[in-house]
Amino acid sequence: MQVELRILRYDPERDRRPHEESYRVEAGPMDRVLDLLHRVKYEQDGTLTFRRSCGHGICGSDAMLINGRNRLACKIRVDQLGGKRITVAPLPGLPVMKDLVVDMEAFFAKFRSVQPFLVNEGVAPVRERRQSAHDRERFDDTTKCILCAACTSSCPSFWAQPAYVGPAAIVNAHRFIFDTRDDAAEERLEILADKDGVWRCRTIFNCTDACPRGIHITQAILEVSRAIVERHA
Amino acid sequence: MPTITRAGRARPQGSSFELAVWYLMRLTGLGLFVTALGHFLITHLLSDPSIQDVAWVSERWGSIAWRTVDWLMLTFVTFHAFMGMRVVVHDYTRGALKTVLTMALYLGALVIFALGTMVVATLPFPVA
Repeated sequence: MQVELRILRYDPERDRRPHEESYRVEAGPMDRVLDLLHRVKYEQDGTLTFRRSCGHGICGSDAMLINGRNRLACKIRVDQLGGKRITVAPLPGLPVMKDLVVDMEAFFAKFRSVQPFLVNEGVAPVRERRQSAHDRERFDDTTKCILCAACTSSCPSFWAQPAYVGPAAIVNAHRFIFDTRDDAAEERLEILADKDGVWRCRTIFNCTDACPRGIHITQAILEVSRAIVERHA
Repeated sequence: MPTITRAGRARPQGSSFELAVWYLMRLTGLGLFVTALGHFLITHLLSDPSIQDVAWVSERWGSIAWRTVDWLMLTFVTFHAFMGMRVVVHDYTRGALKTVLTMALYLGALVIFALGTMVVATLPFPVA
């Protein structure tokens, strides 16, 4: 069947503002939006610019606004969207560089700010650092993050106040805060107790809706908030 | 403690004010769940609103306990409402406007709380 793909295009060297362009492509129900974008780029307009790498929902490169919701182009199929018209736009709330490519630098700076790495000053064991299945389970959900920015760029608190550290960074802090092998939970909680830290979450749940990995993001944020309160109690 | 974090950014000067506000918003919300709903129940369902006049309030406020409950409700609602407005102001304004509006909110909260407290504390007890 024929599908109409309406893509928000922007070329900083030619356009003053983004504009929509329409493409007709042949698509089967099992095609993914990424396949349709490839078809446009390879067969109709080679200047269409977007990020993609693994194409299997793991690298997190191709998050974009599809039919008004943040999703991975490689994980959403034509039959899941229903209808013969699909709109595609860059992630909201982040500066657009070209077409569907957004500037992720500020997003990654916030990710780095929460110390998203294991900190353990103790003597390193000869082999691996052991952990019980129960302790590992505590933060299992937040290990799934692929840093696609679908959550942070769907968050109205982030749109209103770009200084907000954002759901993705909090999720990645959560992954280490509740890890029994890590020693820097206190430091991370202190970083997130900042006025632009967890307190800016208004529990809108857009992030949880947007996450292509199904992470319970709002719950993770509130677990971190609670840990900060308990630390002060 | 070093002034920069392991990730190389300036260590935040941990302000516990935002934490206190966040926590108190939840506590006052719970408090309002009891006091505001109780108030609604008494003034609209358990008692006929058409008979409620100054004498009715004065009689109810003959008891210190009711005055305390209503004053608690005043405390909860002032904090919850004005801090809720502060959330909106901090989300949507910047710079000088943000400072001015925040200060106006604090002042408004103070005036309303002071006025309410004055009424609760000074309304004469009914003559027995």
